[in-house]
Amino acid sequence: MVKTDVLIIGAGAVGVAIAREFSKFRGRVLVCDRNDDVGGDASKSCSGLTSTSATMPVGTLECKIRTIAHTMVDVLCRDLDIPIIHCGSIAPVLTDDQMEQVPKLLDKAWQNGVWDYEFMPREEILEMEPTLNPAIRGGIYSPRDSQINQFLMVVAEAENAAENGVEFLLDCEVTGIETRDGRVRRVITTKGEIEATWVVNAAGLHCDDIAKMVGECDFAVHPRKGEFYVLGHDTPVKVKHIISSVPTPKTRGVLVIPTTDDNVLVGPTADDVEDKTDRKTTRAGLEEVRTKALEMVPGLCFADTITQFVGARPARVPEGYHILVSEKARGYVGISGIRSTGLTASLALGKYVVHEMRGAGLALERKVGWVRTRRGIVKFAGKSDAEKDALIARDPLYGKIVCRCEQVTEAEIVQAIRRPVGARTLDAVKRRVRAGMGRCQSGFCGPQVLAILSRELGIPESDVRKRGVAAFMLDHPTDNN
Amino acid sequence: MLGMKTKTCDVVVVGAGPAGLSAAEAAKSAGAGNVLIVERDAAAGGILRQCIHPGFGLKVFGEELTGPEYAERYIERAAAAGAELLTGTTALELRDRELVCASPSGIVNLRFGALVLAMGCRERTRANLVIPGARPSGIYTAGTAQKLINLFGDKVGREVVILGSGDIGMIMARRLTLEGAHVKAVVELLPFLAGLARNKAQCLDDFGIPLLLSHTVVDIDGVDRLTSVTIAPVDEKRRPIPGKEEKIACDTLLLSVGLIPENELSRTGGIALSPVTRGPVVNQFKQTSNPAVFACGNVLHVNDLVDHVSVESAEAGRNAALYAAGALPSAPAFPTVAGPGVRYVCPQSVVADGGEDVTLFFRTTLPGRRTEFLCTSGGKVLATRKSPRTSPGTMEQLVIPKDAVAALDGPVEVRCEHGEVLA
Ligand SMILES: Cc1cc2nc3c(=O)[nH]c(=O)nc-3n(C[C@H](O)[C@H](O)[C@H](O)COP(=O)(O)OP(=O)(O)OC[C@H]3O[C@@H](n4cnc5c(N)ncnc54)[C@H](O)[C@@H]3O)c2cc1C
Ligand SMILES: Cc1cc2nc3c(=O)[nH]c(=O)nc-3n(C[C@H](O)[C@H](O)[C@H](O)COP(=O)(O)OP(=O)(O)OC[C@H]3O[C@@H](n4cnc5c(N)ncnc54)[C@H](O)[C@@H]3O)c2cc1C
Repeated sequence: MVKTDVLIIGAGAVGVAIAREFSKFRGRVLVCDRNDDVGGDASKSCSGLTSTSATMPVGTLECKIRTIAHTMVDVLCRDLDIPIIHCGSIAPVLTDDQMEQVPKLLDKAWQNGVWDYEFMPREEILEMEPTLNPAIRGGIYSPRDSQINQFLMVVAEAENAAENGVEFLLDCEVTGIETRDGRVRRVITTKGEIEATWVVNAAGLHCDDIAKMVGECDFAVHPRKGEFYVLGHDTPVKVKHIISSVPTPKTRGVLVIPTTDDNVLVGPTADDVEDKTDRKTTRAGLEEVRTKALEMVPGLCFADTITQFVGARPARVPEGYHILVSEKARGYVGISGIRSTGLTASLALGKYVVHEMRGAGLALERKVGWVRTRRGIVKFAGKSDAEKDALIARDPLYGKIVCRCEQVTEAEIVQAIRRPVGARTLDAVKRRVRAGMGRCQSGFCGPQVLAILSRELGIPESDVRKRGVAAFMLDHPTDNN
Repeated sequence: MLGMKTKTCDVVVVGAGPAGLSAAEAAKSAGAGNVLIVERDAAAGGILRQCIHPGFGLKVFGEELTGPEYAERYIERAAAAGAELLTGTTALELRDRELVCASPSGIVNLRFGALVLAMGCRERTRANLVIPGARPSGIYTAGTAQKLINLFGDKVGREVVILGSGDIGMIMARRLTLEGAHVKAVVELLPFLAGLARNKAQCLDDFGIPLLLSHTVVDIDGVDRLTSVTIAPVDEKRRPIPGKEEKIACDTLLLSVGLIPENELSRTGGIALSPVTRGPVVNQFKQTSNPAVFACGNVLHVNDLVDHVSVESAEAGRNAALYAAGALPSAPAFPTVAGPGVRYVCPQSVVADGGEDVTLFFRTTLPGRRTEFLCTSGGKVLATRKSPRTSPGTMEQLVIPKDAVAALDGPVEVRCEHGEVLA
């Protein structure tokens, strides 16, 4: 049986940030996830904003963690080579009702220490962001809101954690936890049993299911669905800032976001649903996104859509961030309620959780030779002719363009597969190097990426998956329908 | 460090599909010194390599060939004429008179006297249609499925629904049936067929595959692999009719919902594109807004038959050679206009040079019977043709005689008058 000091359940932003924090210390750390890849569920399908706490409920744990986390993001991006754009955000004010909200919003931001959250007159805002509806009355500018590449953020942290000794067990679902004498003893997974001294539940949407396994569940989690559109690079109207609706107490509303890869992301909705597997886009949801976005940025061209998708926020009832270091089942740490702000918050959560665990008696000894930095895969696209030529000279596979839409080469795809915690599915390749992220949505490169995965992993093409345990690309012998 | 390679050619052709091959052969035959084709794939042939069904070449060769056989003939012809082929080489960027290409041996800058764009097209995807629902595996564009089956020898699925009655979708309905899959239906949003009638007869009717016109897919289910699609009839505004949904269990959905010319490269060179064809705007010489750059085949406008592509591309290749030699005639140009009943006309302008007849290609907006096509300019009729039956899936043509071309003094309009509209 596998034995570990710490087992983290969930390789989303939260689980991986905790793992990386633990990787500074001696002891064995395992992260398991039911998915085929690190990157989580909510984490990979969120808006990707790292914003200030301007709109957070004052005085909450969420607000505190988020405020601290926001100051840590830039160092992380620098150390781990994660793409981020410091674009700032603008909330255009269109109606009288919204105008009335402004003083309250400014006051709240001030209380949260976000002193550069400002209202600006119409002319100034339109000059900064000419794509906005000319009928605006003004706008709230928040200069320190940024857009991070959420896929690469978690992948980078995981690669770095792996380099520092953390082990990842993927396609590995936790199905039960045994406790004895008031302590967690072993964790039952679809890949065998794991004996763990500490079990950290960072299972996002499923954290209540895990919490039940140790009898520490006094809450429930349901998905709050968010639907998005992604528009292609060459869409004629692109925003320079994150455009957000004037926040209401319930949600930040629909956003129009410039991404780190030069796409435009539009969404999300916020709809509470029951079924935790529901990732369906709906006619009504997409229409809502479209209408609300066009009110703010009337020129957006939805004909240039390259894909639509759904993210599911883990909505907790009762709500709020909760970190439980259990007394009843010693060794169990439950993290819940990390809803729509958790990508940013994850950085501080890693610190916070480790700190709380030390407080509960976990002795940690700093390891020697911890590696702080990691470099990303060098992209071919966007380089100068001479740089491209040099890349090809170094690795001729840089001269083989596989994804024509995003100009991704075979060298990048092979690296994505061979790196620590490497990609093993088409979607995992896509998130790391963008092959298949473009306008043709892998129509051209899909078959080639499939062949490369099959070759690199040494498996037949029919065993290559799009994602998950059973989403095979081709007809699969085990399918029985 | 070694400097990057540069090479100078009279004519460079991008893409070794039927368009590029035909253009290269013609350029060479018209006297161009060195003609170079760059092709990203490991082999020449383009889309035809995966079209292993017969039905190619009836117009050009007077016999029925498969796609690879048809391509093979043009590969031989281009080689025999002396055109050079560089495979495994991708054109990355077009700058005024220079094309930047990448291959495993490095970056090469090709300086050209004239360039022919022949990059083909790509398929429209689910996102372009906004089909709501889940995002499981098992959803392919028809051409991707064709490539997987015919070139990779893979099996894509068992219970299949096809959305869109384009030619590739219908051909794949037959192909999948022959492979042992069960094609449950071909679903088409429009009240009429998108592809050619002959493909419906040979690929659907002969195999008893139902075609559901005025229907669409309104929902998709499946957490991992696709488990079902929900279809519904649509009203005359193409909106799904509520309460009439029907769920069809299936593990595979093919999309055959249209092709889009692949013009990323053209964009890097600032070539003017038509919002309707989504290909470059050209005159009858297939010359684009950059006079040294020509375009042909599916990158120019989506063709139904490869035979047309070969013919049109030979003209582009020959004109490119003439341009490189400084011998392409110039005269005032007049726009062509898509009149009533016509979706687009290609070329978008006609140069009033009387050297040759000019063929206008166009598509109608609606299917019809007893149709008359008319080409006029300033009240004068330049060409007419009658057709017993027409559909938007068929590329139509009219030929303006060279005398009329020489005498042009204003815009040229193409119009379509149906005896009976079939929508
Ligand atoms: C639409 C939307 C927009 C958002 N926008 C933002 C934003 O702009 N900025 C921001 O900071 N945050 C945003 N968020 C919130 C953020 O995405 C989440 O708070 C954060 O990603 C939560 O991370 P996580 O690691 O807890 O969860 P997840 O990323 O969901 O990871 C949980 C992991 O646990 C695994 N797991 C679950 N059950 C088991 C099991 N039994 N066994 C093994 N593994 C299991 C899952 O497979 C998953 O990988 C948004 C979220 C959504 C959905
Ligand atoms: C799936 C499918 C099925 C078809 N079935 C039939 C049929 O049954 N009967 C019929 O008559 N017609 C059929 N057609 C139509 C016919 O095949 C096309 O009209 C014809 O192939 C178009 O030729 P092309 O040379 O323009 O494009 P393609 O055949 O697509 O060739 C374009 C070539 O350019 C290359 N290329 C693109 N970009 C670059 C770049 N940047 N650098 C280097 N190389 C590049 C590509 O790799 C490709 O080889 C079909 C078309 C498709 C798409």
